[in-house]
Amino acid sequence: MTTTERTAASYFLPSDEPLGLVTADGTPTPDPALAMPADDVLLRLYRGMVSGRRFDTQATALTKQGRLAVYPSARGQEAAEIGSILALRPQDWLFPTYRDSMAVVARGVDPVEVLTLLRGDWHCGYDPYRANVAPQCTPLATNTLHAVGFAHAARVKGEDTVSLVLVGDGATSEGDTHEALNFAAVWKAPVVFLVQNNGYAISVPLEKQTAAPSLAYKGVGYGMPSVLVDGNDAAAVHAVVEQAVARAAAGEGPTLIEAVTYRMESHTNADDATRYREKAEVEQWLTRDPISRLKQYLTDRGLLDDKAQQEIDARAEEEAAALRERMNVDTELDPADLFRHVYAEPTAALRQQAAELAHENTEDQA
Amino acid sequence: MTATLDTTLSLAGALNRALADALAEDERVLIFGEDVGTLGGVFRVTDGLAARFGDTRVFDSPLAESGIVGTAIGMAMNGLRPVIEMQFDAFAYPAFEQITSHLAKLRNRTKGQVELPVVIRVPYGGGIGGVEHHCDSSEVYYTHTAGLRVVTPATPDDAYTLLREAIDSPDPVIFLEPKRRYWEKGTVDPQRRSPGLDKAVIRREGTDVTLISYGGALGTTLEAAEAAAEEGYSAEVIDLRSLAPFDLETVAASVRRTGRAVVVHEASRFCGYGAEVAAQLSEHCFHYLEAPVLRVAGFDIPYPAPNLEQHHLPGVDRILDAIERLQWDDAAPLDGEK
Ligand SMILES: Cc1ncc(C[n+]2csc(CCOP(=O)(O)OP(=O)(O)O)c2C)c(N)n1
Repeated sequence: MTTTERTAASYFLPSDEPLGLVTADGTPTPDPALAMPADDVLLRLYRGMVSGRRFDTQATALTKQGRLAVYPSARGQEAAEIGSILALRPQDWLFPTYRDSMAVVARGVDPVEVLTLLRGDWHCGYDPYRANVAPQCTPLATNTLHAVGFAHAARVKGEDTVSLVLVGDGATSEGDTHEALNFAAVWKAPVVFLVQNNGYAISVPLEKQTAAPSLAYKGVGYGMPSVLVDGNDAAAVHAVVEQAVARAAAGEGPTLIEAVTYRMESHTNADDATRYREKAEVEQWLTRDPISRLKQYLTDRGLLDDKAQQEIDARAEEEAAALRERMNVDTELDPADLFRHVYAEPTAALRQQAAELAHENTEDQA
Repeated sequence: MTATLDTTLSLAGALNRALADALAEDERVLIFGEDVGTLGGVFRVTDGLAARFGDTRVFDSPLAESGIVGTAIGMAMNGLRPVIEMQFDAFAYPAFEQITSHLAKLRNRTKGQVELPVVIRVPYGGGIGGVEHHCDSSEVYYTHTAGLRVVTPATPDDAYTLLREAIDSPDPVIFLEPKRRYWEKGTVDPQRRSPGLDKAVIRREGTDVTLISYGGALGTTLEAAEAAAEEGYSAEVIDLRSLAPFDLETVAASVRRTGRAVVVHEASRFCGYGAEVAAQLSEHCFHYLEAPVLRVAGFDIPYPAPNLEQHHLPGVDRILDAIERLQWDDAAPLDGEK
C-alpha cells in the first residue's frame, strides 16, 4: 500500500458519532463538512415529513378496515425517507424496499398505485419509468444490485443518472448487499447506498446482525466513502445524500450512508413489537422525533408559524382524505391479465390456460 | 456486415461468432462475467471479443454470480441488452434468487412495463470428465420458472442462430450450452434464422418411434437411431432446442405418426424434463400411443465423479433397450421384464 492509498483508507472511514445539523431539541449544530440546506429546502423537508407521516397513519388505518392486506409502517423514519428523496434530481432513480412507500409517494408516484401491492391487486401498481422508481423490493437486498446495474448502464450510455438504493439494517447481512457494494466500488458506479438502520430486522436487534462498529463501516472494506448520519435529522440526511449524489454524478463513484433511526411501529401491522423490545426504549426514541425536531428549529428561526403549520396540516389531511376515498372502492380485476404479462407474447400453453380459466369463470356465472 | 455463408465452425466457435455479430450490430449488447474478457472465457466462447470491442462492451466482472445477474437486470431496465456468462452450471446457483424472483418476474410484476432482454449463457451437463460441480444438468430449475425462456443448441449452426435469436428476444433467456458438444464441428450459415426460438426440429425422419432429446444427449440419440435402424426400427429424432416453451405441436405430430416415444436426456429422471414430455404426450396423444412413453435419463444421483460418469450418462445401449421395451408385436420383452 502506498502512502496516498493509506490516506485514502482513512478518508473512507465514517465518523464515530452520527453527523447532524439539528439536535433532538431543535438546536443547530453546524458541521464544517455539511452545509445546512437552504430555508426553502428545510420547509419542503418539513412539509414532506408531515405528509409522509399522515400517509403512513392513513395506510395503517386502511389495514384495520381491511382495505390493505398488510402495511409495513415507516413511522419515525420520515427524516431518512423524505430527506433522501428530496436530495434526488428528477433524472435520478430510486430502488426502494417494501418499507419505503412513503419515499415512493414523495418521489411522485400516485399513492393508490403505491398501495396496489399491499392491497393485493398486483405486485407493482405503478409504471417504474414514470417517476423513475423501481418496483418496491420484497426479497431483501436484491434491489442493491439492480441499482448498481442501472447506474452502470447510465454511465455506459453517457447519461447523468444516479441510483439511490434503500435497504434496512438486516439487509446488510445478505450477500447481495456485499456483492453490490463491491461491484459499485470496482465499477465506480454512480450509486448512493442508504442503509436505514431502524434498530431491528423484524425482531432481531442490530447487535445480533453485525459486529461492526457501525453499518457505515461496511463501505470501508469495499473502498468507498462511508458516512454515519443521524437518521432523524432531515437536514443532515438531505445534506449527506445530496453530497453523495453530487460525488456520484461527478464520476467519483458510490457512497455508503448509514442513517441511524428507529421504527416506531411494529415491523408490519401483523407483528407484535412488544415481544422483542422494551417500552422504555420506544419512549426514549419519541424524544428524538424527526418532525418535532425540525419544527422546533424552523419555529425558532421564524420560518414556521401557527398559520403555516395549519396550512401544512390541512394539506396533509386533504391528501389523506383523498387517499382514503380512492381506496374505499372495490377494485375490479381481470383474470385474463394473469396470462398477459408473463412473456412478451403469451405462449401456446398460456393461451390454452387462459381459455380454460375463462371457461371456468363462465361456468361459475352460469 | 455479417459475413460469408457456410463457414465450418465448432459449436463454441459458432457462439463466439454470434456474440461478435450481435455486438457489431447492436450497441446495446454487452458481455460480462467471470474471465470473459482477456481470457475469453474458460471455454473460449468470448475469445477475442474484448480486444475487438473494448472493455466497455466486453469485460470481466467481480467474482459473484448473484452480482452478475442482479446488475444485468438493472442494466436491462436501463435499456441495455446484457449477455452474461455463468462459468459452469452449478456455479449459477448463487444467482438463483435474482433469476427466479426478479429476472423471470419483473415483466409480470409491472404489468409489462419492465422488459428484461437478458441472456444468461450457462455451460451445462457432463461428458467432459469434469470434477464435481462442473457437470450439473440444471435445466429443470429454469424451465419450472414462468417468465424464462430456456433454450439449448446441439449443433454449431443452431448455436449461432439460437444465440442471435436469444439476444434479440424481449424475454429473458437461459441459454444452456452443452459442454460436451463445444468442440463438435459443422457448417454455419449466419444468414439463416431458425423456425423460431420456441420450435423443435426433426433431425432424422423415421416411422416407428419418436426419440425426443436435446443438448448433450442429442448426439447419442442420433447414434442410437442409426443402430436401431440396423435392428429394423425406423426412429425419428426430434431435437427440442427450446425446453421452455415446449413445442408440443411438433412433438405431438411426430408421435401421432409413429405411435411410440422415448425421451432421452442426461439429467436425472425423477421430476426431470422427460416427465413433463411424457405427461404432455399422454394427455395429448393417448389414443395414438401403442406403448407408454419411456424415459431414458441419468440416474437419480448427484452427478458422479469423472471416472464413473459413463455409467450415469445414457449411452446408445440404454436407448436401444428402451426401444426394445416399447411393446412391439414382434419383439420379445427384455430379460427380466414381463
Ligand atoms: C431474502 C429474504 N429473506 C427473508 C425475508 C423476510 N423478511 C422480510 S423483512 C425482514 C427483516 C428486514 O429487516 P431490515 O433489513 O432491517 O429492514 P426493515 O424491515 O427493518 O426496514 C425479513 C427477515 C425477506 N423479505 N427476504
